[in-house]
Amino acid sequence: MNLTKKSKDNLITYGIVVAAYVIFQILSVTGNLSSHMKGLLVPMTYYAVIAVALNLCVGILGELSIGHCGFMCIGAFTSAFFSKVTENTLPSALRFVLAFVIGIAISALFGFLIGIPVLRLKGDYLAIVTLAFGEIIKNVINAFYIGIDGKGVHFSLKNSMELGLEPDGQLIVNGAMGITGTPHNSSFTVGIIVLLLSLFVVLNLVNSRDGRAIMAVRDNYIAAEATGINVTRYKMMAFIISAAIAGAAGVLFSHNITTLTASSQYFGYNASIMILVYVVLGGIGNIRGSVIAACILYLLPELLRGFSTYRMLIYSIVLIVMMIVNWSPKVIEFRKRTFGKFSLKRQ
Amino acid sequence: MALLEVNNLCISFGGLRAVDDFNLRIEKGELYGLIGPNGAGKTTVFNLLTGVYKPNEGIIRLDGEDITRKSTTEINHEGIARTFQNIRLFKNMSVLDNVKVGLTERFKYSTIEGIFHLGKYKKVEKEMDEEALRLLSVFGLEEEKDTLASNLPYGKQRKLEIARAMATSPKLLLLDEPAAGMNPNETQELMETIALVRKKFNMTILLIEHDMKLVSGICEKLTVLNFGRVLCQGETREVLTHPDVVKAYLGE
Repeated sequence: MNLTKKSKDNLITYGIVVAAYVIFQILSVTGNLSSHMKGLLVPMTYYAVIAVALNLCVGILGELSIGHCGFMCIGAFTSAFFSKVTENTLPSALRFVLAFVIGIAISALFGFLIGIPVLRLKGDYLAIVTLAFGEIIKNVINAFYIGIDGKGVHFSLKNSMELGLEPDGQLIVNGAMGITGTPHNSSFTVGIIVLLLSLFVVLNLVNSRDGRAIMAVRDNYIAAEATGINVTRYKMMAFIISAAIAGAAGVLFSHNITTLTASSQYFGYNASIMILVYVVLGGIGNIRGSVIAACILYLLPELLRGFSTYRMLIYSIVLIVMMIVNWSPKVIEFRKRTFGKFSLKRQ
Repeated sequence: MALLEVNNLCISFGGLRAVDDFNLRIEKGELYGLIGPNGAGKTTVFNLLTGVYKPNEGIIRLDGEDITRKSTTEINHEGIARTFQNIRLFKNMSVLDNVKVGLTERFKYSTIEGIFHLGKYKKVEKEMDEEALRLLSVFGLEEEKDTLASNLPYGKQRKLEIARAMATSPKLLLLDEPAAGMNPNETQELMETIALVRKKFNMTILLIEHDMKLVSGICEKLTVLNFGRVLCQGETREVLTHPDVVKAYLGE
């Protein structure tokens, strides 16, 4: 079988992920991984997944979004809601798969709805409006009270008493207290599978006619229009797929945490910008780089907890070093000379 | 029936009449030149023909069909492809991919097939590669197929832009100052390329040009624009010796 350069590149990316999985699994089985470290593995995968999603939006489509955590939030809450409601009626494997389907579908739907106004804008304006939508999603979800009893679903925006639940009723979404007790279905293995699938989708998309059209819009939308590319359609397509993958990261997130709240810590603009940092340092448009950057930059502050005082100092130095290694023309040249064809290459 | 028929085309920007009462008839297979001093409205005419601007008045017909109010994308699907005065390539994509973007509407498979590389994907991609390489070889670019478009030398970027336009399989090709910024050798080569495109694809071409040597060398008919109005129209030799044209270009 003769492989093209692109498919070889993609295989390397999948290979890195699988190798990382095997290494961590071996460490875990042989007892070389602390329980603290084990707890970081699932978050590492969902941050890698959302970094891939954001790189599709920023690197491939070329539109700066700083509200991607909003889509993750939607995926997390819709899937957690579903899992909670069906906890006692569906077998857990089926329920988890359906939770993914629902989380992804509803994030994609919101990607479409938000994309209609947002994709009319360009550059800074688009970034600011995505930021606003991210915050709106978080704050609106914070005000939701939803309960279920024999009579059906009750909904309120005031407080849980307003729901007027029967004694046998169950409060599912409790405003700012969020959803408590979502089944813990996420595992490192599932996270890696989702990561591989999202890599598969994005890398394959880039090598298809739709992907080329999306990149053409990024490089020069005037020329793309004149070449018969329907700019709106392809922008929307990339944005929806990106939102859907971010939603999948949200499903992993919500099924890994006991109390799911729409807090700023996880879904605020700070979190969105942190993911943007992963994407920028990994290389805009370089999907493999995003995954690596997300893993390193997520694990690093956690592993540096022992150095408490110097933690953020070391973290910022690493950020600067990564930036230089990935972007400085001189260093890129040096890497090319030293590592030849094995060097990471910007797309 | 003329391939392109433009009647009474007008557009104003604020108080400025950029193009006024513009008429044009291009028959199938013609190589037609649009010339005029700087700021005469030549590129504005191109932008009107390709739907970038919508005219205030007038009708544009391609092959008998009214395309006046259509979007740029739709007009391309109807059969007009163009190049730009300041080259607009997809810079971060390979030469081959630039041409394959042009093939997007001609070779189809669904998005799902694209994402999962299923069904028609392999077959259609292979056909696209073959078609793109065939086009690149016409322009002598097949060696550079994996080069990033932005790394091509200037003359080849121009050629790639024409190749990309040809990939959409147009009825009419618009070239906006194809020889801009070229030295005499490159211009000569470009003239040969244009002649080749015309012969090989039986293409109708409308071009804007400043280089009089190129214009008089390959265009059969000319329209001269001055201050947004048609100054003179007809066979190249007659137009170039017309007193009004000489006056517009050289002064009294």
